Amino acid sequence: MRRVVVTGLGLVTPLASGVEESWRRILDGQSGAGKISRFDASHLATDYACEVPHGDGTDGTFNPDDWMAPKDQRKVDTFILYGIAAAAQAVEDAGWTPDDRAELERTGVLIGSGIGGLNSIAETALVLRDRGPRRVSPFFVPGALINLISGQVSIRYGFRGPNHSVVTACSTGAHAIGDAARLIRDDDADVMIAGGAEASISEIGIAGFNACKALSTKRSDDPTKASRPYDVDSDGFVMGEGSGIVVLEEYEHAKARGAKIYAEVIGYGLSGDAYHITAPSEDGDGAERCMRMALKKAGLQPSDIDYINAHGTSTMADKIELGAVERMMGDAADKVTMSSTKSMTGHLLGAAGAIEAIFSILAIRDQVAPPTINLDNPAVETKVDLAPNAKRERKINVALSNSFGFGGTNASVIFRKVD
Amino acid sequence: MSDVANRVKKIVVEHLGVEESKVVDNASFIDDLGADSLDTVELVMAFEEEFGIEIPDDAAETIQTFGDAVGFISNANA
Repeated sequence: MRRVVVTGLGLVTPLASGVEESWRRILDGQSGAGKISRFDASHLATDYACEVPHGDGTDGTFNPDDWMAPKDQRKVDTFILYGIAAAAQAVEDAGWTPDDRAELERTGVLIGSGIGGLNSIAETALVLRDRGPRRVSPFFVPGALINLISGQVSIRYGFRGPNHSVVTACSTGAHAIGDAARLIRDDDADVMIAGGAEASISEIGIAGFNACKALSTKRSDDPTKASRPYDVDSDGFVMGEGSGIVVLEEYEHAKARGAKIYAEVIGYGLSGDAYHITAPSEDGDGAERCMRMALKKAGLQPSDIDYINAHGTSTMADKIELGAVERMMGDAADKVTMSSTKSMTGHLLGAAGAIEAIFSILAIRDQVAPPTINLDNPAVETKVDLAPNAKRERKINVALSNSFGFGGTNASVIFRKVD
Repeated sequence: MSDVANRVKKIVVEHLGVEESKVVDNASFIDDLGADSLDTVELVMAFEEEFGIEIPDDAAETIQTFGDAVGFISNANA
């Protein structure tokens, strides 16, 4: 069987642009939340979010000009810009820029988004209404389509292998990585650029999620305290934005070129709740079956899992996921550490599963579990170590990352240390 | 250079991200200035906006160079 390993990482997060700087701030327990700066949000029920810090590129800030020429930035929605930036980081990290036609044909791209060019659609709808159809930009459609990160990345590097995309709400990033690993395992490609990107912090994005009663609304006075999974005072998720991209590679291919190997993708599970359009099934059945499928594919026992990066959005769903984890772990529940990095990044929707897969991979690399911050008064009683407010240095050979999305779509991906 | 030419040049430089010195009369948007077919659609929209004129699709197809654009707009404005 063809094995799949991770050989490159790229991150644009609300903590920072760049893998190492984002990870350093995550381990430090910093929050990426603040008042919304990009538009006037004072009339919305939520006026805070976890925005990517834009700047000149120093001190972890995101400088769009570092990743795309200004004339081309105008032609794409911000989610595509974030995706291209994270993909460029990952490709550089992996050192994979072949010239050989055969190699390029064996390298594919599978990058998704939960919502895509929402803000572009909203703005263009206003142009259409106020100024008519002749003022609609020719770049509107290709700048808003979800699969256009995959398209843009393939064009930039000449990657001519499978060109695909995923749209499964907040499970997108995890599904993209899992599906891409399968394409390599099935011998459709040797290398895949995979992950997710999102940029929905806009008036229509916040208003839409407010209407679903999904967002935190009560922490305008201190947004850094708003994302607080498992805490009695949690009141909804905080919207985040950014992108996480990995380079996946067939093991022998990576070894043959002396690539740096972060971890192996050993398990992937998928399931559907068949329950409700926004709420997870209350018995946690979908989440549990999803994790069990990933474990079975990995050929592991629950007790083999050292770290779980929870979906943990800071909503009522946190308890349901925790219940599913407790049932799956059984007697080993007191051996595992599970944390929600969304306490720091907010919820990146279609990018969440991808950035959290990367945090799981880095947890294996550095043998440290990131913390769940703002967990001051637990709303749950559990044997599972939730790493409240401080990172946990511990043995981590195997890490599982969970993602669950609207529509009742679940994904779990398992990574293992490679010696 | 005429006022029209200066304003057209500014738009071309901005939209195509090219050096001002490259925007000469016989410079083709596609062959010399790196535009693709969508860029040319957007350029024509920008000219319409800037000069408050309408450029029909069949006329837009005849605007291949910087000189073509300046000529068309000067006539339309005349």
